[in-house]
Amino acid sequence: MIHRECGVLKTTYEADMALYPLPIARWTVAVIAVLMFLILPLSVEEYYLSIVNLVSIAVVGALGLNILVGYTGQISIGHGAFMSVGAYTAANLAVRLGLPFWVALPAGGLMAALVGAVVGIPSLRIKGLYLAIATLAGQLIIEWTINHVTWISGGVQASINVPRPRLFGYPIATQRQMYFFLLVFAAVAILATMNLVRSRIGRAFIAIRDHDIAAEIIGINIFRYKLLAFAISSFYAGVTGVLYTYYLGVANYEQFQITVSIDYLAMIIIGGLGSVLGSIFGAIFVTLLPIVIRLTMESFGGLLFSSGAVLNIIPNLRLILFGMLIIFFLVVEPEGLNRLWRNIRNYFRIWPFAY
Amino acid sequence: MRRCLAIVFGLLIAAGATFGVAGPAAAQKEVVIGLQCDRTGATQTVGVYLCPGYHDYIKLVNFKGGVEGYKIKAIEIDHEYKVPQGMEAYERHKKEGAVLISLYGTPHTQALTAKLTEDRIPGTSPGFGSAAATDGTKYPYIFPIAATYWSQGTAAVEFAGKQMGGLKGKKIAYLFYDNPAGREPLPILEDLAAKEGFELKTFAVPPPGIEMGAQVLDIAQRYRADFVIAHLFGRSPSVSIKELKRIGYPLRKVVSFVWGASEADIEAAGGFSVAEGYNAIQFAGVGPDFPVLNEIRDMYKKEGKEPPKEMASTVFYNRGVLIAAIHVEAIRNALKAKPGGTITGVDVKAGFERIKGFSLGGLVPPLEITATDHEGGGWVQVYTVKGGKFVKATDWFKSYPDVLAKHIKAAK
Repeated sequence: MIHRECGVLKTTYEADMALYPLPIARWTVAVIAVLMFLILPLSVEEYYLSIVNLVSIAVVGALGLNILVGYTGQISIGHGAFMSVGAYTAANLAVRLGLPFWVALPAGGLMAALVGAVVGIPSLRIKGLYLAIATLAGQLIIEWTINHVTWISGGVQASINVPRPRLFGYPIATQRQMYFFLLVFAAVAILATMNLVRSRIGRAFIAIRDHDIAAEIIGINIFRYKLLAFAISSFYAGVTGVLYTYYLGVANYEQFQITVSIDYLAMIIIGGLGSVLGSIFGAIFVTLLPIVIRLTMESFGGLLFSSGAVLNIIPNLRLILFGMLIIFFLVVEPEGLNRLWRNIRNYFRIWPFAY
Repeated sequence: MRRCLAIVFGLLIAAGATFGVAGPAAAQKEVVIGLQCDRTGATQTVGVYLCPGYHDYIKLVNFKGGVEGYKIKAIEIDHEYKVPQGMEAYERHKKEGAVLISLYGTPHTQALTAKLTEDRIPGTSPGFGSAAATDGTKYPYIFPIAATYWSQGTAAVEFAGKQMGGLKGKKIAYLFYDNPAGREPLPILEDLAAKEGFELKTFAVPPPGIEMGAQVLDIAQRYRADFVIAHLFGRSPSVSIKELKRIGYPLRKVVSFVWGASEADIEAAGGFSVAEGYNAIQFAGVGPDFPVLNEIRDMYKKEGKEPPKEMASTVFYNRGVLIAAIHVEAIRNALKAKPGGTITGVDVKAGFERIKGFSLGGLVPPLEITATDHEGGGWVQVYTVKGGKFVKATDWFKSYPDVLAKHIKAAK
């Protein structure tokens, strides 16, 4: 994340393959880990943890979508639906068979991966906007199916109440307990993605994104890797859906409608396509921005407007500001927050001797 | 290095601890209600009138000196009809010390049910949410407080029966928005069809519900329904009125559920003259002539201000007043039972369960909320569009309690 290079001085394969090649990077990660796992949960009120919880869930989903859109160059507007596949799979397993979360969660992910790979089949023939529409069809079909097949959705209400996840007999119920539960999965997702994108599979994804014909010529099996990208990405989406389900205690298809797919696309575009850190930034930005705007408006809005008007203005102004800030950040740095962060880092690396 | 880290670590924890402890301000003589609203999302046509109504009633209560010496503070958070935002809003309300959450939206109610029960804070879901929550023993902290979709369904059937002079052998069309809330009354309607011997046919309108020419044509000309029960949301009720009118189906043979029943819907359909005869179920009194509304107008006059323009949309505004009034009543009961003490969600829950004989000059139905019946009876009224305004067609009534009880008992 924060590291400086000074020539290539590696003498072993282990050093070459290290995730963080420099000590300072390892230290930074360690400090962040201590902060997230110890200091933050022990020192902050539950309300703030509940916001971090929403961010943690969003991080998993954004990482998954970034693998597909950012790394492989295949667009998907169906991720909301893949989340619902994961959510309903896990909910059904947890309720009907009474399976614990550590079975239901991967099962939900795998089911989503399967469905995602099927929806991804058109990507072998079509690209770009055409693929976007094909995945949109996937979203609508899955939404309709869950909405109407009561065997999946558990009744006309299309919502299934899920018991709290249990670990060693203890339920994970409060925001503080949920915080650790969700943070572990977010951390695993981050680590897995970082390793995935520098593996053989990740390199193949990037080659397909940059030029699929060239990739095919150098021996990459486009068929396999495109479907794999859809499957892996949908697996993340499915896990996101399961996490949502366990977090809220209910699987409800109205939480996974098309606006959710769009929100996640917004996250990775704002954060930075094709970067792990960008996905995290994007998830944080899109989740926090409305909350921060509202808190600011509540504190200072009273200075500008009457109290009755402020209640009506806050939500509307929040939407306007949200849109404007997204445009602002994209104009300032079209490659996303990740690039912005790198620019800042590069500036300070040679500071104060900038040229 | 290690000692340095230890010091930094200690400082951070200390800072965090002070920051964390200093959070909830010492609230004296104040009861906090968390109000979730939607003024910008999918159902904004409701929120922009309902929420001001809620605030105005709370303002009136405080203006008159509060409840048992306490001021009421309603903290509004707009969640854009999105579930994550609703979750965040709930946690924020909890942090502010809310003893009662005014929920808004079916998915939000379902998502927060588990949390509310664990945290022992009552939440209300008037006119939406799950009908099964009527059973207070299964859902101890969820209070529908107004007619659920199931009660509305039975009321609609009874009203249709009265209009047609009997149900036997009649054909009833159920025109509904194709989402979980729209489908919720289906089991009730099917049950009643078997019981009363009428024929029921369902016509789903897919979201976003602004295209229903085919369904309406089907109802009016192929199926030739004797009566239409409509359960639509957002923009779609106005579309249904327009389409039924265009095709020449008599609107007096239509009855709508509570979310297709406001002035805004009628105006969007082309005005009251177009919608003449249209019937709508209401869980709060409609119209500007209630004593409590006059009091609100007087309060604004005394402050030297104009009454808010939202008052003109009486259907949703009055519902806001009704929700606030029931909340205040529950808090009043809780405070009475615990004079001088600080009340918690548990006390407010008990307060709700003692609400009885409280009508607010006819704006509120004759509710009787008990520990087992959190709906308060499921009372509704039907209003008809007549001569440019909503005219009361029936008094408060409830129908088929046996059928409802059976379904509530069977619900998970």
